[in-house]
Amino acid sequence: MQNYSYILFVLIIPLAVFLITGLFGKRFQSFSGILGTAGMLVAAGLSYYAAYEYFIVGCRGADCTWPSIIAFKQTWLQFSPSLSIDMGIMVDSISVMMLVVVTTVSLMVHIYSIGYMQGEERYSTYYSFLSLFSFSMLGLVVATNIFQMYIFWELVGVSSFLLVGFYFTKPSAVAAAKKAFIVTRFADLGFLAGILILSYYSESLDFQTIIHRMMDHGAPIFTNANTASFMGLSALTWALCLIFIGGAGKSAMFPLHIWLPDAMEGPTPVSALIHAATMVVAGVFLVARLFPVYSQVPIALDFVAYVGIFSAFFAAIIACTQTDIKRVLAYSTMSQIGYMMFGLGVSGFWGSDGLGFSGSMFHLFTHAMFKALLFLGAGAVIHYIHSNEMGDMGGLRKKMPLTNAMFLIACLAISGIPPLSGFFSKEAILTAALHHNKLIYAVGLLTACLTAFYMFRLYFMIFWNKSHPEIYHEGNHGEAPLSMKTSIVFLGLATIGAGFIPFHDYVTAYDTLIVEFHLAPAIAAVAAGLIGIGVATAFYLKSSTMPIKISSSLGNIYQSAYKKFYVDELYLFVTKKIIFNLISIPAAWIDKNIVDGSMNLLSTATQNVSEGIKEVQSGKIADYVMWFFAGAILLLLLVVFAW
Amino acid sequence: MPEVKMTYILFVSFALFFIGAYGFLTRRNMITMLMAVELMLNAVNINFVVFNKYLYADKADGLFFTIFIITIAAAEAAVAIAIIINIYRKFRSIDAEDADTLKW
Repeated sequence: MQNYSYILFVLIIPLAVFLITGLFGKRFQSFSGILGTAGMLVAAGLSYYAAYEYFIVGCRGADCTWPSIIAFKQTWLQFSPSLSIDMGIMVDSISVMMLVVVTTVSLMVHIYSIGYMQGEERYSTYYSFLSLFSFSMLGLVVATNIFQMYIFWELVGVSSFLLVGFYFTKPSAVAAAKKAFIVTRFADLGFLAGILILSYYSESLDFQTIIHRMMDHGAPIFTNANTASFMGLSALTWALCLIFIGGAGKSAMFPLHIWLPDAMEGPTPVSALIHAATMVVAGVFLVARLFPVYSQVPIALDFVAYVGIFSAFFAAIIACTQTDIKRVLAYSTMSQIGYMMFGLGVSGFWGSDGLGFSGSMFHLFTHAMFKALLFLGAGAVIHYIHSNEMGDMGGLRKKMPLTNAMFLIACLAISGIPPLSGFFSKEAILTAALHHNKLIYAVGLLTACLTAFYMFRLYFMIFWNKSHPEIYHEGNHGEAPLSMKTSIVFLGLATIGAGFIPFHDYVTAYDTLIVEFHLAPAIAAVAAGLIGIGVATAFYLKSSTMPIKISSSLGNIYQSAYKKFYVDELYLFVTKKIIFNLISIPAAWIDKNIVDGSMNLLSTATQNVSEGIKEVQSGKIADYVMWFFAGAILLLLLVVFAW
Repeated sequence: MPEVKMTYILFVSFALFFIGAYGFLTRRNMITMLMAVELMLNAVNINFVVFNKYLYADKADGLFFTIFIITIAAAEAAVAIAIIINIYRKFRSIDAEDADTLKW
């Protein structure tokens, strides 16, 4: 067994960079970008080495499972001899995979930002936040303990908040940052409740111990957790559903997705890193981390699957109607995460049933690459045009040939066209769904068609279609700086190549997964993608009136999709009208009138009394003498007559 | 020499004390008020001396007290005049009604 303790440096380096650039960055602005990138490069190198050592050099255990190794463990808070919060590093197939994903995308975003954020006033602050985020995300994926995960989970939330609100002079960015933080914190309430229930029944916070105890059907612990009933569901089901709500909040699943489109107010590379590739898949990772437990509880797994498929479909419809380039990508992200979720939801645990799990992780990996590429490409376009609106773009393929090519690759990948990476991962998920639940499969296929449609709608509206003359006046600088091009090309190559990684060998739910290739579902998936592309080509390659005709003929349906199905308005209604009117206003009234009122009454009474008697102290010496003599005489009279 | 009755002398001191008190209350010039205070002090002095002579003729406590009071009254007059000078500098007046800022 290898020694993986060097993975500790993958965490320490970003933390150190965060501290250095955060404390001293103002003094050497341009250096902080280089320092952050160099640190991330080392971290990425160590992660690749760990992946090489784990997957290539290392081997499966005796029962065909990938080993789960604790590389480092330090007890942080000991509650009782059996219950403690540890800080540690767990090395298993999914955490090693996530290390590679996070460090790769983070490195690319670091390199990209050197060009993109150049000349920004808070350049070093930006880099320190990026490092903080990378550190937190890496800490999250290697967590050995569910509470360690929770701590880092909140840390990524904080760094997301900081980066979304990076342009804090814009009121919309501030509002978006607050919204992202509040919505995810609200969901984290579910996560915390879930942790407490789960740890109460399994009497441990350690992932390995929890999984071990919850897999042992004969043990009294499992029986206890599985029989204790509240509203018809067992405690274990409740715990897993609540934990999933936390994951759904971070991963922008319906109905907790409302923060993700607004979070696009942050700088574009940040959207690529946090809101496309890494942080938003934390929820998927959480379910995957606890997957052995989830697989014991079909209800929880179905919950995951249906929330996932609904979010995937729901977001795809909205994405078809949006006009802001980053919002389309945000909804696309939500849709693809929905894919990963239902991929987990339809998966089994043993042997070849684990196709959904493997496919979901595969999709997480490929999606991180091509969605980061899409965002970085969109960033290059925004950098060039200085606008987020698709209506302002068009005909850019000649001006930005490299971005055009890479964007096309990413669009084809997300549409599931072979041999690009998206095809393999999406196909695996859809095949798993086909074996498990035909309804989910059908909706998934429809979503794949919609995905291809809106991605190519986006692509054609940016790079083809009619061009706006004003673009050519503004576009006085080149396509993009070298650093931006480097990251885009690297991610483009990753998008092409990632599909050929034999993922089902590396990342499996439990033991060996034998993938049989079926032609029919593959053809169906590709056909769905091609139909979407075809429709988009017909509508958007040249400017035509067809889209407007169709949208006006759909009338209300189109309008409600354009308005994101009024989910935001619903939230506002619930918070402002119901919670505000029924709880907050009475509470404020009680606070103002009863709590404050009684205090004010005391002080007013004191003040009035003192106002009344202060005239006695007039400052005139004759008055005092009068009082003095009057008092002396009174005492005298008392002594003489009353005594 | 015929003895003066103690009551007469006490009556003088009583009158002197209330003349002083009256002056202290009605006068507004601080110097005059100081003089009124001196009158009251002297009334007390007479009381001490008289009681000492008529009631405890074999003792001298009352006389000592009187001497003390005269000494302290002299010192007090010096301090009072210093205060009055300072008040005059501040208020340009030695009218007790004008110096009424020492209050709430």
